[in-house]
Amino acid sequence: MDIFAQQLINGLVLGSIYALVALGYTMVYGILGLINFAHGDITMIGALVALTIVQALAAAGMPAPVVLIIAGGGAMMVCAALGLSIERVAYRPLRRAPRLAPLITAIGVSILLQYSAALIWGKQYIAMPKLLEPAAIDIAGAQLTTLQLAIFLLACAIMAALLWFIKASRMGRAMRATEQNPDVAGLMGVNTNTVIAFTFVLGSAIGAIAGLMIILYYGIGHYFMGFMLGLKAFTAAVLGGIGNVGGAVLGGLLLGVIESLASGYIGDLSGGVLGSNYRDIFAFLVLVLVLVLRPSGLLGQHSGDRA
Amino acid sequence: MHKYPIRPVVAALMAAVLVVACGKETPPPAPKAETPKAPVVLTVKIGSASPLTGPQAHIGIDIRNGVQLAIEDANAANVEIGGKKVKFELVSEDDEANPTKATTVAQKLVDAKVAGVIGHFNSGASIPASKIYSDAGIPQISPSSTNPKYTEQGFKTTFRVVAHDGQQGPTLARFAAKTLQTKSVAVIDDSTAYGQGLADNFEATAKLLGIKVVAREHTTDKDTDFKAILTKIKGKKPDLIMFGGIDPQAAPMVKQMKDLGIKARFIGGDGMQTPNFIKLAGDTADGVMASIPGLPKDQMPGGKTFLDKYKNKFNQEVELFAPMGYDAVMVFIEAMKRAGSADPAKFLPEVGKTRYDGVIGPIAFDEKGDLKNGPITIYLVKGGKWEPLETVKPEAEAGVAPATAPAAAPVPEAAKK
Repeated sequence: MDIFAQQLINGLVLGSIYALVALGYTMVYGILGLINFAHGDITMIGALVALTIVQALAAAGMPAPVVLIIAGGGAMMVCAALGLSIERVAYRPLRRAPRLAPLITAIGVSILLQYSAALIWGKQYIAMPKLLEPAAIDIAGAQLTTLQLAIFLLACAIMAALLWFIKASRMGRAMRATEQNPDVAGLMGVNTNTVIAFTFVLGSAIGAIAGLMIILYYGIGHYFMGFMLGLKAFTAAVLGGIGNVGGAVLGGLLLGVIESLASGYIGDLSGGVLGSNYRDIFAFLVLVLVLVLRPSGLLGQHSGDRA
Repeated sequence: MHKYPIRPVVAALMAAVLVVACGKETPPPAPKAETPKAPVVLTVKIGSASPLTGPQAHIGIDIRNGVQLAIEDANAANVEIGGKKVKFELVSEDDEANPTKATTVAQKLVDAKVAGVIGHFNSGASIPASKIYSDAGIPQISPSSTNPKYTEQGFKTTFRVVAHDGQQGPTLARFAAKTLQTKSVAVIDDSTAYGQGLADNFEATAKLLGIKVVAREHTTDKDTDFKAILTKIKGKKPDLIMFGGIDPQAAPMVKQMKDLGIKARFIGGDGMQTPNFIKLAGDTADGVMASIPGLPKDQMPGGKTFLDKYKNKFNQEVELFAPMGYDAVMVFIEAMKRAGSADPAKFLPEVGKTRYDGVIGPIAFDEKGDLKNGPITIYLVKGGKWEPLETVKPEAEAGVAPATAPAAAPVPEAAKK
């Protein structure tokens, strides 16, 4: 039982990171109908920027909370600026182009970001200096570290705040209006260009926080780390219903738990034929199943015709 | 209005392509030296194939640097082959640690008419590439591929200058049983030819020695999240966790073991016995053990000089296999000298007869092309440094001792040629 609880904890923490990244995919898709494949790499840039700041400040002997706030803030600013310029340069000119064009640009931007990062940070794995000494909390025989708890709670808080923001704020209302029909929203006085740019900024900044969490959690950064993460988060967004913010949260958490349980139990259940190295297959099996059986995702209302 | 703004997009894409292109190692231009200018200088190309990009780039670049150093040394020493002065030239290729890319790169090296190839790093790359070198009759020395299958394909062109997993895995298992008194072990591998081969060999011997294998898990060579696997292993309460894989996975694994409160000790193979592992794992690295074929770097006969030379040249420490890469080049050059030719068809038979005292110690090959009597050293991380614990000569221990005795005898004969 304690093993099951532990796998559940692992899955929820992993899932909350997926969910944060999935938010970026889903918000952009909701408004533009564009799958921003560069989003995983924006998260990677956020992670590496945060890592660099932590390395510099921790060496200067600053206390950990200050370092974390500066690193998080710096990463968010860099990513927000990056998201803004990517939208302006790579997506806005193609907004009325056939749908395939922005998709290809997105992949191009993704590769551009990966190899720019490889030039800046090198191709090696980068170690995170030891910053925190997370204490372990014992829950029914399972270990939950304070770091895991903090990641999970912070992720939940961000997601709740975002849901509230979209529901209640003026900008959130403009975002929803643009999502429903950009032309009509424009006629009603919504500056859709600003709204779309804001969506990219918001998604990228949240991605930066996810990046910071990843390097804190795994203690290791790498220029290619955004690729698989992006695919997983995209899967999570589709699972929850792409375009639906609540769905991204649900999809992320669910995918994390599915992966964790799959890698924990697949070996025993398949009698050793399949190992936990097939864990990624589960993530993408979920993607295929969702696309075949329920293309609109768990919480998606409208199917893929809009976009 | 929407006709022109496409330009920035195209510009961005072109920039992307450019950056990608820059990330790859461009092969040096075909040498013009074939039209002899000064007194007949023969240009001999030596190929080096290892991952120069991607997660394993640091190890691949280390090998390439070792090869480069050897070539520069040979050129400085004005080597003569068959009465002609020779200029050696490095043709370096990036196989991205990818088996498919490895075959492409192999074909490229064959087409560039290299005399011999040092590579590849990964067993998974060396094995498919070896067929191409064998078909072309070009000798290949892997500085690092330890999967036994590499030399078991019956090719006359495959050699290696490391002990293979058939020796390394069992040595680790014997060490676990005797020195660590392990009763139960969990085995994890990274699903690569190297990692799985090492783990399988370890597991087989461990079982023979009466160690209980309580879990056998697999991950991949790209993962950094092992919590699920480790949680499962925690439930089985092993004394020891053995990992067949390399440092970018081993380091987070060790960290996550601590997060989960796993008390078991951790041991692995040569892929994680690197300075990088300690850098990545931080203070959780302490107490981790790993084996590596060969003597400790500074106990190698040519170790100290080599390490200094390497550091002077590249301004970084030897990561792992640079000495093997260096020696592999020298093995080729010695064989060429004996054969009096840099033509692979002529000097290939001499490679197998090598008796060479290299940086890593005496080098001689058995009939399969494996390094004879390669020692294996087990290290322990202590205070943020790999400290040698024990050096084992696998063949002496495995009771294949006869191989060592006759090996000593033919030395003078071979030297005469």
